[in-house]
Amino acid sequence: MDNGLQVKTLQTDVLIIGGGTAGCYAAYVLGQNQNHQVMIAEKANIKRSGCLAAGVNAINAYITQGRVPMDYVNYAKQDAKGIVREDLLLSMAEGLNEVTKVLEDNGLVILKDDQGNYVTRGNRNIKINGENIKPILAEMAAQQGNVTVLNHVNITDYIVENNQILGAVGFSVDEREAYVIRAKAVLVATGGAAGLYRPNNPGFSRHKMWYPPFNTGAGYAMGIRSGAEMTTFEMRFIALRCKDTIAPTGTIAQGVQAKQMNGAGEIYEKKYGIATCERVYGTTKEKQEGRGPCYLKTDEITREQEEDLYKAYLNMAPAQTLRWLENGSGPATENVEIEGTEPYIVGGHTASGYWIDNHRATTIKGLYAAGDVAGGAPQKYVTGALVEGKIAGESIQHFLQTQERELCSQGSGQEDLEQIFTEQARQYIDEYEKFFHNSTSFITIEQAEETMQGIMDTYAGGIGSNYQFNETELKLAKEKLKNLIPVVEGLQAGDMDELLQIYEIRERLTVCFSVIEHLMARKETRWHSFAENMDYPKESEDFKKYVNSCYKNGEIQILLRELVDADHSLEFSFDGDNKLKIGGVAQ
Amino acid sequence: MSIAINQSKCVGCKRCVEACPGNLIKIQDGKAVIRREKDCWGCTSCLKECRVSAISYFLGADMGGRGSVLSVQEKGNERIWTVESPDGNRKSIVINTKESNKY
Repeated sequence: MDNGLQVKTLQTDVLIIGGGTAGCYAAYVLGQNQNHQVMIAEKANIKRSGCLAAGVNAINAYITQGRVPMDYVNYAKQDAKGIVREDLLLSMAEGLNEVTKVLEDNGLVILKDDQGNYVTRGNRNIKINGENIKPILAEMAAQQGNVTVLNHVNITDYIVENNQILGAVGFSVDEREAYVIRAKAVLVATGGAAGLYRPNNPGFSRHKMWYPPFNTGAGYAMGIRSGAEMTTFEMRFIALRCKDTIAPTGTIAQGVQAKQMNGAGEIYEKKYGIATCERVYGTTKEKQEGRGPCYLKTDEITREQEEDLYKAYLNMAPAQTLRWLENGSGPATENVEIEGTEPYIVGGHTASGYWIDNHRATTIKGLYAAGDVAGGAPQKYVTGALVEGKIAGESIQHFLQTQERELCSQGSGQEDLEQIFTEQARQYIDEYEKFFHNSTSFITIEQAEETMQGIMDTYAGGIGSNYQFNETELKLAKEKLKNLIPVVEGLQAGDMDELLQIYEIRERLTVCFSVIEHLMARKETRWHSFAENMDYPKESEDFKKYVNSCYKNGEIQILLRELVDADHSLEFSFDGDNKLKIGGVAQ
Repeated sequence: MSIAINQSKCVGCKRCVEACPGNLIKIQDGKAVIRREKDCWGCTSCLKECRVSAISYFLGADMGGRGSVLSVQEKGNERIWTVESPDGNRKSIVINTKESNKY
């Protein structure tokens, strides 16, 4: 590896980073009128990348008959104990049914009754065959005439000057190539972050986790480093899952009405409340107090129901069906043991992510966010992410049209920006190359990753700490992670695959620091398990606020912001010097 | 949990290399191999992409695996999943891809 990477320089109107749920749908929307050139940069291949690789069990965000979008807002708000952005949730909820119809028109199988109405599962869910949902979405994006897909290109850094995005830099995951992409607008849709904490099965099956292990928080990290404002990283998401296989429990709980039962045979689920965090908390607490293991009580279901569960799991989490069949006893014979996962940072289920306005604009001019990387709107699920992709796509079109008019009237300063762009790009490529030139060490990439996950587990409320932490522990976590930075920076990459692995750790480390600062800043316990601060075990009126953060001058700065309701949606704008204004007010 | 690629069946077509959401499969000496078994998510995208049924899926012992493998074949609207145990017993489940989940 003596020679540098070959640099490919590309140009587009709109760069979409991450071709998952939100990214593909945004590309599809931008393809409906062919006004702008769109490029999707995807770390894997959009056909099966992101959260939907294996399939999905149901559409979990839908406005069923007799209900209205505001019902959905209220549900999500209640579940998150008030810390949501009502404006974002409402604009999302208003679009849920339309995107569902578009997916159906493009081939998604949705169960219908004799009258042709969708069959519901609970108040907000409809039944589908979601095994091929990602190939459908990928096709919808790729077939647009103005959309180019760059598969196997991992974007690592934005190029931002004076709070305006100019493009991004990345590298091929298998060829010795760096990519420099100029763009007039960028949509970040990279998903959330897994692998921050020690996983449920730290050994051979370490990647059998709820969230894609390949979603390593790249979008969050890029935004943090570029000074974008972030929100609610302290609202971690912990899924309640089938033990070992980490397969979904909702299909069993809602599908065959199985209840949560402890080792003593007591149904405990209502004892702790039914919010998402309380279901996890209850299960953790029962075990912690000696009443484990915890189960979903399935041993009363029929053989027919069991067969249907085998099929449902093959369509989304095949490991569970294999587990049942391999062990020779299915859920009709044996109750399904459950456990909480390691904590994830994911804006599609909780509210962590970019601080955005109702158009999905971030605090950096020209940068938009959608899906799991976007904050403020929990309970998005698949359809919510699609709607955010749609809103962001439409907002970007509007932004570009406005920009084009402005550029016609100005037209100066372009040469300076060009030089800044080239210099920044070179700096990021030099960083890639540094890892090839690092000397061999006894410290491997795997060791660095496990060390980071161990620190987070022990001192920042992982599984091993029953999700609990205090300030002293968080400070220690920060200290230990700081010591890990030079270790990670000293890792050696032998090829592009190893470079990718190193960057994934770097991204997660960046996210970990923000998680710790946020956990420390919310001096209360509003959500059991999700943010269980043992120094402040009760909910506090003082924290009916968003905890936001900005990375400036090498420090994460915390700011508390007032709650936003549905009638006062946030609108960002930028003054002549690209400084952010919220609702016309300078920040 | 991870995948096993049958080297004698693999034709090196790269469909799995292209599809893996974790970029975990590469071609070595004309055949697909998994880079790191421990890094597989278990999404089975590669099984579905493979046209010669060279890839199967197994659970590690830490997840209760006992040596059985899961494979899948596509025939028209049918996806046939088969679990084969170490003693050669097989059980198949047929899924109509045009039918919704019941749950």
